Amino acid sequence: MSSLDNKHNGSARVGVYICHCGINIAGKVHIQDVVDIAKKLPGVTVAKEYKFMCSDPGQEIIQEDIKKGLIDRVVVASCSPLMHEPTFRGAMAKADGNPFMFQMANIREHVSWVTKDKGLATDKSKALVAAAVARVMFHQPLTKTQVPVNPNVLIVGGGIAGIHAALTMANAGKKVYLVEREPTIGGHMAKFDKTFPTLDCSACILTPKMSAVRAHPNITLWTYSDVVGVDGFVGNFKIKVKLRPRYVIEEECVGCLECIEACIFKHGKFKDEFNVGLAKRKPIYVPFPQATPLVAVIDPETCAYFRAKCKKPCADVCEKKAIDFNQKEEIVEVDVGSIILATGFKTFDASRVARYGYGKYPNVYTSLEVERLVNAAGPTGGEVVLANGKKPKSVAIIHCVGSRDANSNKYCSKVCCMYSLKLAHLVKERTEADVYNFYIDMRTPGKGYEEFYERLLLEGINFIRGRVAEVTDWAMTPDEEEKLVIRAEDTLVGKVRRIPVDMVVLAVGMEAQPDADDVRRMFNISCSHEGWFLERHPKLAPVSTLTDGVFLAGACQGPKDIPDSVAQAGAAAAEALALIDIGHVELEPNTAFVRDEFCSGCRTCMNICPFSAIAIDTEKDTAVVNGALCKGCGTCVAACPSGALQQNLFTDEQIFHEIEGVMNYV
Amino acid sequence: MSDKNVAGSDFEPRIVAFFCNWCTYTAADLAGTARMVYAPNARVVRIMCSGRLDPQFVLAALRKGADGVLIGGCHPGDCHYQEGNYKALRRFTLLKTLLAAMGIEEERVRLEWIAASEGDKVQRVINEMTEQVRKLGPLRLEQIHQIEGSHHSAAQVGKHAVMEGAV
Ligand SMILES: Cc1cc2nc3c(=O)[nH]c(=O)nc-3n(C[C@H](O)[C@H](O)[C@H](O)COP(=O)(O)OP(=O)(O)OC[C@H]3O[C@@H](n4cnc5c(N)ncnc54)[C@H](O)[C@@H]3O)c2cc1C
Ligand code: FES
Repeated sequence: MSSLDNKHNGSARVGVYICHCGINIAGKVHIQDVVDIAKKLPGVTVAKEYKFMCSDPGQEIIQEDIKKGLIDRVVVASCSPLMHEPTFRGAMAKADGNPFMFQMANIREHVSWVTKDKGLATDKSKALVAAAVARVMFHQPLTKTQVPVNPNVLIVGGGIAGIHAALTMANAGKKVYLVEREPTIGGHMAKFDKTFPTLDCSACILTPKMSAVRAHPNITLWTYSDVVGVDGFVGNFKIKVKLRPRYVIEEECVGCLECIEACIFKHGKFKDEFNVGLAKRKPIYVPFPQATPLVAVIDPETCAYFRAKCKKPCADVCEKKAIDFNQKEEIVEVDVGSIILATGFKTFDASRVARYGYGKYPNVYTSLEVERLVNAAGPTGGEVVLANGKKPKSVAIIHCVGSRDANSNKYCSKVCCMYSLKLAHLVKERTEADVYNFYIDMRTPGKGYEEFYERLLLEGINFIRGRVAEVTDWAMTPDEEEKLVIRAEDTLVGKVRRIPVDMVVLAVGMEAQPDADDVRRMFNISCSHEGWFLERHPKLAPVSTLTDGVFLAGACQGPKDIPDSVAQAGAAAAEALALIDIGHVELEPNTAFVRDEFCSGCRTCMNICPFSAIAIDTEKDTAVVNGALCKGCGTCVAACPSGALQQNLFTDEQIFHEIEGVMNYV
Repeated sequence: MSDKNVAGSDFEPRIVAFFCNWCTYTAADLAGTARMVYAPNARVVRIMCSGRLDPQFVLAALRKGADGVLIGGCHPGDCHYQEGNYKALRRFTLLKTLLAAMGIEEERVRLEWIAASEGDKVQRVINEMTEQVRKLGPLRLEQIHQIEGSHHSAAQVGKHAVMEGAV
């Protein structure tokens, strides 16, 4: 099957099909010229054009020519092979042709869409078609190998997206490993009091799902843990997870929290991460009362026991003897067939926009901090108060901080207008303050979103259109004394305004996680410029990645609100389920193979293969490729000093002829 | 191939580009989707990984009439197959010495790391390279003879680069 013996035989019959793609190609390429050239190429028996080759009638043209025995191999000149190669291969297989006797010439993405001049675009198309024909003459019939898919799934990140994906998979009867790096699942949503636009209580809708995760027999939840190793490929990944010691035995802890009471620190003293620094916690703590799992954590950085002496009253008071200061980090290994990444986002660091005074003026807050202030379970019990404990009489909310700004992020973070409206409503409700929203544009597309904006307008919230120049405490009039002054251009009125307020809320945008680059490397996927995980196709494969078996859910893929994150999580779960239900994956047969007669047993290939897919047959002293391990990069082929190694679908012969082909019609 | 070896004002450089499937080819697709117009002089040959790039492919392209060769792979650390691009870099470095010995200007053969999201970089690099090679003029006949003569040793240099790196 995989050999080069069959030099391109004189009897090869190539069918060439040029696609108009409506006007996408035909508008820039003289299709008939390309057809005329194709007809003259050696080996071509049929050359045709059609409006949409990928449509059913388009595919039928190819199928009929195969059935009539006119052709035994096919070139389609249309879009990128990354788009429609599977379509045409499938069409060939249905007509009993071998799907690998096929080559695509990319005359849309690489020609018609990027070339100005029609003549030059036509020339380039001819060259690409000639190359594809020259190459396909050397194609061999191949078959795909099938490998079974492990039905278990790994989900990374336990925000609302990861939670929803986990429950969907688990309810379908699949085994789920959910890895969350914080001591609790819940993500950002767990920090909010209410959610737009319905203003339903965040905890009321989230915590039942969190508990369901914890209780589900099909879900293994590892919090305070990190994925540290990923090996293998779609259907068969080997995952290493590091469980960090929390110094509390999870299976024993009943969540009574007596240990926290008993700690020698009578009051919280250290930065409370869950409350974004607005409160203090003890060295032994739970992030919040509904934390899942409700198991205490001891922070070794601040716990007195690890630094000096401590009588460990926490351990003494625990009836279950759950406190274990000797706990060590543990590495567990699991096999899964698919992976869903749901690692979410981080909020923009407001101190990067110095002119808004975050970190300088105590009454300048980020939106996430205000989410905690309005939260009944937050540090102030839901009171919105200033640094001095008093209620603000006037509050300014500045939109687009770290979004739509050439100096930070050009993109729109999508959720800030809506959550600013939500916070405006909540702040007004709690304080009866005058609330001013400074916005560039109001962006409220979504079900019930524009209606929510309308409602806020009627509630008497003030809206000022214009980018805020600065927040300052420099008073110019008596009523500005002791206030923060917002200086902004009101673009609707056409003048610069100064508005004194007690409190400023910065609507910080969403950014990719700071470690997104490390995470994507570990899972072998790509990131966009801004650091968001890259989907396989922005429209048609929004939750898939370029790595088969790795899917995306939630804000790790781009700014998103909760409804979108949940929808995407469901879609990612459906993709993973589809993979599991088929039960096997077909591997692209582009593996390397050895031609024994040329192999000198030098082991060059063996040493450079990153997948240890090459071994030596000791009897013959030649290299052997393990097709199940080979991933088809071809690095060994390029390295083989004697040309003994070849790569299916990318043999030297095929590539040399492709090169010759592109040079033929320049 | 008519007036190829006569430098003239209407000289259009011919560039063969070898792009890895996962990053650079995808980036070129993205440039297309985003309708980023660029010079039509480069023709892309897709390989799965820049690690598949046999230095002989570069020489073959030049021998067959290319005036320049562009190699595109994933950024260091990003290779879909972990380290194919490091192998490509090593081969490229040795290949450059060899090309220099043959009197071939170094601007004619270029290696670029282009990530799947960098459609704009495909546009920029191809435009830049087209202009650069345009300035150099066509690859001259005697240079092509050089390539033909040293074909064998070229291949060997490429391989050694890899063997060396393998140990
Ligand atoms: C101030 C503010 C208010 C908002 N208000 C609303 C609202 O009212 N309504 C609405 O619909 N949307 C709102 N949003 C948007 C909402 O927060 C997001 O849509 C939602 O949180 C996205 O969920 P997620 O699961 O994708 O990400 P996240 O909530 O960020 O969760 C990601 C989880 O993954 C974990 N994680 C990250 N990296 C790793 C790793 N490497 N390994 C293991 N675990 C990891 C994190 O610890 C976290 O638990 C608001 C956003 C902000 C900033
Ligand atoms: S896959 Fe792009 S360089 Fe290896």
